[in-house]
Amino acid sequence: MSDIIFMFLFFFMVITTIRETTLIVKVKVPLATEVQKLEKKSLVCNIYAGIPNKKELAGSGTRIQLNDQYATANDIGDFIATERQSLDEADRRRLTVSLKVDQETKMGIVADIKQELRKYNALLINYSTRKTTIGNLFTSK
Amino acid sequence: MKKPPEINTGSMADISFLLLTFFLLTSSINTDMGIFRKLPPPPDPNVKPADIKQRNIFTVLINKNDRLLVDNKPSDIRMLRQQAKDFISNPSNLETLPEKKLEEIPYLGNYMVSKGVISLQNDRGTSYDMYIKVQNELTAALNDLRDELSMDKFNRKFDELSDPNFIEAVQKAIPISISEAEPKDVGEQ
Repeated sequence: MSDIIFMFLFFFMVITTIRETTLIVKVKVPLATEVQKLEKKSLVCNIYAGIPNKKELAGSGTRIQLNDQYATANDIGDFIATERQSLDEADRRRLTVSLKVDQETKMGIVADIKQELRKYNALLINYSTRKTTIGNLFTSK
Repeated sequence: MKKPPEINTGSMADISFLLLTFFLLTSSINTDMGIFRKLPPPPDPNVKPADIKQRNIFTVLINKNDRLLVDNKPSDIRMLRQQAKDFISNPSNLETLPEKKLEEIPYLGNYMVSKGVISLQNDRGTSYDMYIKVQNELTAALNDLRDELSMDKFNRKFDELSDPNFIEAVQKAIPISISEAEPKDVGEQ
């Protein structure tokens, strides 16, 4: 009995990754069909945007989350610089920024993020999405 | 000789169950996926933006109410894929649709590369969901074209190609030519 459970345990340990950051904003990424998998997890850094979980502390407007805290678009430059520092010289150009943005967000804040990323030359981006089939794309939210 | 006392292993299952639940809760299956894009480098004030002929541009506008305007005509998200495909491929070489340039591509030979560019513009009030849907449809259009070409030449779909030379050839023949305009401040957030 315990052998089987242990086998399960190892199975899950191998195929999963421990969540590095706790989300403090609500993020439900939109659906898409033409998705590609993110390879090379070590080259990816995440920028989250959504409505704060604790509205009484952070307001009800959309906020950006970098690492474990709320941030503004102006902090993205520092964030990218720190992420770059932690990579090897050779890999710095391949840094990919994964934008995990809630589907209800307005494009204004996304445009701000993208402009900052361009300014700091982090040009490879990935709009994080959930995979779906064509039939679902236009009917469900 | 005395037998060593047996260790009670009955609680082992409980402990491993506990560990299992712990890992199930703290971890997530790695399912990070999405749509890849390369942002243009910051605009250089010394370099004039290249002039693109009107017939080579396919404008897609999304307003703050998530309505589409494709080539100055209202459109629907369901039709966008076909419209984009027709534009890029220009099957009957119409005067109003983009020009093509004959290029020698390794493994493909001479191929008429479309000069068409899809220009995507959105408002600050556009919803992210709609924006991704449009990006998705435009990507789908290009992927469809790549699939068709790949099927024709290599008898396989584009994402089933394994030879990097073939992949590069198809990518060169049908580039992801989606350009996003510099954001403009119109409408409220």
